[in-house]
Amino acid sequence: MEKFTTHTGVAAPLRRSNVDTDQIIPAEYLKRVTRSGFEDGLFAAWRGDPDFVLNHPAFAGASVLVAGPDFGTGSSREHAVWALQNYGFRAVVAPRFGDIFRGNSGKSGLLTAQVEEKTVIAIWDLLDTAPGTEVTLDLLERTVSAGVGLAQVRDSFDIDDYTRWRLLEGLDDVAITLSHADDIDTYEATRPSYKPATL
Amino acid sequence: MGRTLAEKVWDEHVVRRADGEPDLLYIDLHLIHEVTSPQAFDGLRLSGRPVRRPDLTIATEDHNIPTTDLDKPIADLVSRTQVETLRRNCEEFGVRLHPMGDIDQGIVHIIGPQLGLTQPGMTVVCGDSHTSTHGAFGALAFGIGTSEVEHVLATQTVPQTKPKTMVVTVVGDLRDGTSAKDLVLTLIAQETTGGGQGYIVEYRGDAISALSMEARMTICNMSIEWGAKAGLIAPDEKTFDFLHGREHAPRGVDWDAAVEHWRSLATDDDAAFDKEVVLDAAAVEPFVTWGTNPGQGAPLSADVPSPEDFAEPNQRVAAQRALEYMGLTAGTPLRDIAVDTVFLGSCTNGRIEDLRTAAALIEGRRVAGSTRMLVVPGSVRVRLQAEQEGLDVIFKRAGAEWRGAGCSMCLGMNPDQLAPGERCASTSNRNFEGRQGKGGRTHLVSPEVAVATGVLGHLAAPSDLATV
Repeated sequence: MEKFTTHTGVAAPLRRSNVDTDQIIPAEYLKRVTRSGFEDGLFAAWRGDPDFVLNHPAFAGASVLVAGPDFGTGSSREHAVWALQNYGFRAVVAPRFGDIFRGNSGKSGLLTAQVEEKTVIAIWDLLDTAPGTEVTLDLLERTVSAGVGLAQVRDSFDIDDYTRWRLLEGLDDVAITLSHADDIDTYEATRPSYKPATL
Repeated sequence: MGRTLAEKVWDEHVVRRADGEPDLLYIDLHLIHEVTSPQAFDGLRLSGRPVRRPDLTIATEDHNIPTTDLDKPIADLVSRTQVETLRRNCEEFGVRLHPMGDIDQGIVHIIGPQLGLTQPGMTVVCGDSHTSTHGAFGALAFGIGTSEVEHVLATQTVPQTKPKTMVVTVVGDLRDGTSAKDLVLTLIAQETTGGGQGYIVEYRGDAISALSMEARMTICNMSIEWGAKAGLIAPDEKTFDFLHGREHAPRGVDWDAAVEHWRSLATDDDAAFDKEVVLDAAAVEPFVTWGTNPGQGAPLSADVPSPEDFAEPNQRVAAQRALEYMGLTAGTPLRDIAVDTVFLGSCTNGRIEDLRTAAALIEGRRVAGSTRMLVVPGSVRVRLQAEQEGLDVIFKRAGAEWRGAGCSMCLGMNPDQLAPGERCASTSNRNFEGRQGKGGRTHLVSPEVAVATGVLGHLAAPSDLATV
């Protein structure tokens, strides 16, 4: 996994709440057996609309998505994270995320910065006034900032300590767990005999 | 202080606990399907790791499986590749697979309980958010992403931060014509799609105890639709009766030991939950969704709401968008909404009891001329059982289509999809934009409401059938 410390990039405002993973990438795009190439399916139902935010020239090359509450609810498809990353997003800022989506993001190296709703609205307003404004996410300091002077928005964001550490170090979960293989062996020796087996 | 059911199951599965880290939980059962596993197996291959416990792993094909022409290869080449990839992976890594054509094939959340693999006190995961279904047995069951699928394959564990606990106490009795589906849709509308976020939810109370195992699975299945990590119900005699004698249920002295342990899992009297919600089952009416998330629902007797009815700006905007997408006008009685298609099936309502209830209601009636109705059993065994009971004949005589088993129109990864603008009353779990096909419009309903709607051609309650 690529390390994440700080990122600055053009931010796109997605003024919607409850953007579920079916919206992020519809089921018909989930049939690939690779981890790449999902950018075509990103927001597929909306991309055809010339007014959709990602079709606006000012937001071309956006790498930070700023969305409403309950982003990434619904299906467990990690393809939603891959689609955002394949498109070029490094971070999503929102007031609340679907649990599984947020977990998947942490495993794949997409930063999910949880902020208060008023911060999202302030960034949206800033991006409306000055489209193309860059937003900076500093994972060391856990801050999100955008704009300058009076128009500046700056706030801290929430992310759990463990995910933050793994993102900063770019660590692979499986390798961390396998370093505790003895604990797994010990636990397995205590499992009751009535637990079912599939083979 | 005592512990809750969820806390007991959690504690029993902690492999490693350390300050500043999530708990490392042992997984008793890992369910796999073709959509969320290929990249996980690829990861194993790349790092040269085996599947640690193939004997605690089981796979089936469900999301892409066609429900017609079952004797032919899958026509969609990309779907076929995905299914063939699962077959190759299972072969290479020694994982038991129930492929298309196998008697134990079916929706992953239907076959676990059916085989007796889902048992109280277990941890169950799957790369599928409706894994919460298995919580009906008092198991801690939750959906995971593909990275976690790889993690479980490699280590049989998953790191998890312990969520808070919530109890939903459902008092009173459900009235005739209402079911577990109406109950859970009512709950989600009340609590909204984010209401359960960060919690493991225990459902309890007289109305829950009164439910069959199948109805309990319907409730737990929808836990994710209001954001909960998992939903579970304490095991009781109904749970034990359901399991006894199933293929993978314990036998003899093992059975006795298991039941003794399962009884000890119930939440202690002095245990505390972080939050409690109380719901009166007697007040639940047949319930439908009008919008594009499962929280946007109302009793069938209501009118389509107006965005102005919502206090929160976000909800107002969401309602406005939903009405546009759904092609609905505020103030229209929900019963006046004409429906093109009825879908009966899915991991929410595709079990034998759902088919029996629906068949009893449709017997002697006809699906309206303007409406098509698809009946898709949740598994091959559900289908065979229904055929043995003659339910297929009842459905076909009523003008409904009797199909093969799979996820089908719940998410339209197979050919069972809605056309743009087509309106569907669906017993599935998600009414998201485009979920059942691009531009399709979904109303979530119970099997009873699905049948009444199919017969009358517009959203309707079972009681509306009295005169038909």
